Amino acid sequence: MLVIPCPYCGPRPELEFRYGGEAHIARPEDPSTLDDEAWGAFLYLRSNPKGLHAERWRHIHGCARYFNVVRDTISDTILASYKVGEAKPDMDALARILAGGPRAAAGEEKSK
Amino acid sequence: MQKFSGFGLIARAFGAHKSWQAQWRDPEPKQSYDAVIVGGGGHGLGAAYYLAKEHGMRNIAVLEKGWIGGGNTGRNTTIIRSNYLFDESAALYDHAVKLWEGLSQDLNYNTMFSQRGVLMLAHNIHDIQSFKRHVHANRANGVDNEWLTPEEVKEFCPAINVGGKDMRYPILGGALQRRGGTARHDAVAWGFARAADALGVDIIQNCEVTAIRRDASGAVEAVETTRGTIKTKKVGVSAAGHTSMVLDMAGVRMPLESYPLQALVSEPVKPAFNCVVMSNTIHAYISQSDKGEMVIGAGTDAYTSYSQRGALHIATHTLDAICELVPMFRRLRMLRMWGGIVDVTPDRSPILGKTPVKGLYVNCGWGTGGFKATPGAGNLLAWTIAKDEPHPINAPFTLERFREGRLIDEAAAAAVAH
Repeated sequence: MLVIPCPYCGPRPELEFRYGGEAHIARPEDPSTLDDEAWGAFLYLRSNPKGLHAERWRHIHGCARYFNVVRDTISDTILASYKVGEAKPDMDALARILAGGPRAAAGEEKSK
Repeated sequence: MQKFSGFGLIARAFGAHKSWQAQWRDPEPKQSYDAVIVGGGGHGLGAAYYLAKEHGMRNIAVLEKGWIGGGNTGRNTTIIRSNYLFDESAALYDHAVKLWEGLSQDLNYNTMFSQRGVLMLAHNIHDIQSFKRHVHANRANGVDNEWLTPEEVKEFCPAINVGGKDMRYPILGGALQRRGGTARHDAVAWGFARAADALGVDIIQNCEVTAIRRDASGAVEAVETTRGTIKTKKVGVSAAGHTSMVLDMAGVRMPLESYPLQALVSEPVKPAFNCVVMSNTIHAYISQSDKGEMVIGAGTDAYTSYSQRGALHIATHTLDAICELVPMFRRLRMLRMWGGIVDVTPDRSPILGKTPVKGLYVNCGWGTGGFKATPGAGNLLAWTIAKDEPHPINAPFTLERFREGRLIDEAAAAAVAH
């Protein structure tokens, strides 16, 4: 089970959360101007990376708020969590922390 | 190929079984092939077999990054059924069940296909309505499915606790597909591998595809692998949870997300459970393997992952359900649990067809239920590669449906991953 750091409530077990899929997929400003290809891509295409993945979680049994998490989909290590509206973290920097092992990742979390 | 038979088994017993040959070769990859299948699971090996057998393409290779049958083919709960709601799905999955019925004879390999019946339990009014609709839709499509009352459920599967008023999820009936059942997962991969090898197919293990090379017109011309470059004009990708990564090598984005799906087995016991029981509402499925283990499947984990393991609470949630359904299993000890990475589409129906890249074909998106389709998927992928167009059965399942909005929404029909 993941321990997910909610930016509002702190670290809590995965059972308190609901997964919300890939993050930073903005709904098109004017959907009626899109062609089928672009609308289908918005609805259905996902990056599904083997590596760092920015994703949404909702603390449904806590503050009930959505927020974003960066997680490594190979080891399931969580490298960052941040509020909706905040910029996506530097993924390359997080990848370097990950390469240093889970301890380096945990140390980075504490120093924040 | 050494033909297997009961007589051959007895005859070789007199020679202390020393005269058995290897069932398939271990060839070095050639410089070029007419077609290459990426992924040596049941689906990929099946595609190679049917390409060689039905379409006369013998100069082909199956590339497997690990060992054959070591991915989801070896990690699933081996349930086979075709009681899907929509016409397109019923045709697709029943195509596979029909092939399963003759597969052991066809391959001269005992796949241990056992049509012991798949019973899906109804626990509430919605289940009853939904399953009865499935029963009628299936019958209209020529797929067997019948409604059982709680008494008939008890008669068909005596181990189930049907009556208890104190049950959290009482059993109000069930839908039974008698042609459904189980098969031996490894035997399917090995049987296809042996039969394909006998027809000249090269099965190349420990060979990971690292790039897909395209010519000036954009068509496939070669694949780069960890064992060198292999020229080919046709590539069929059947890589389950890693399909989106392989297709990314050719610049094709896929409507897929990869999730861990867990399963577990108990200690082996004597025959105690005579059919496959599934419950969508309380999310558990169970059958007994020929070895005696109770094979139990759970739902996917909540999040995308390639870790091939999931969280314990998913498995314990499933066991809660099993313990209520079959109280005598409360004293069973669980031996092993594991996860496989399943590629899930938005509508929970597979993608089987051509891609925007010429010469690149895909068979993926089987999500949590690909094993049941193994021979059918291989058969249809082979057709699609050989004819450069989808077979009428898989024509509704091509990638274009996500652009055109004509989804085959088995996710909504089943109300759970299935």
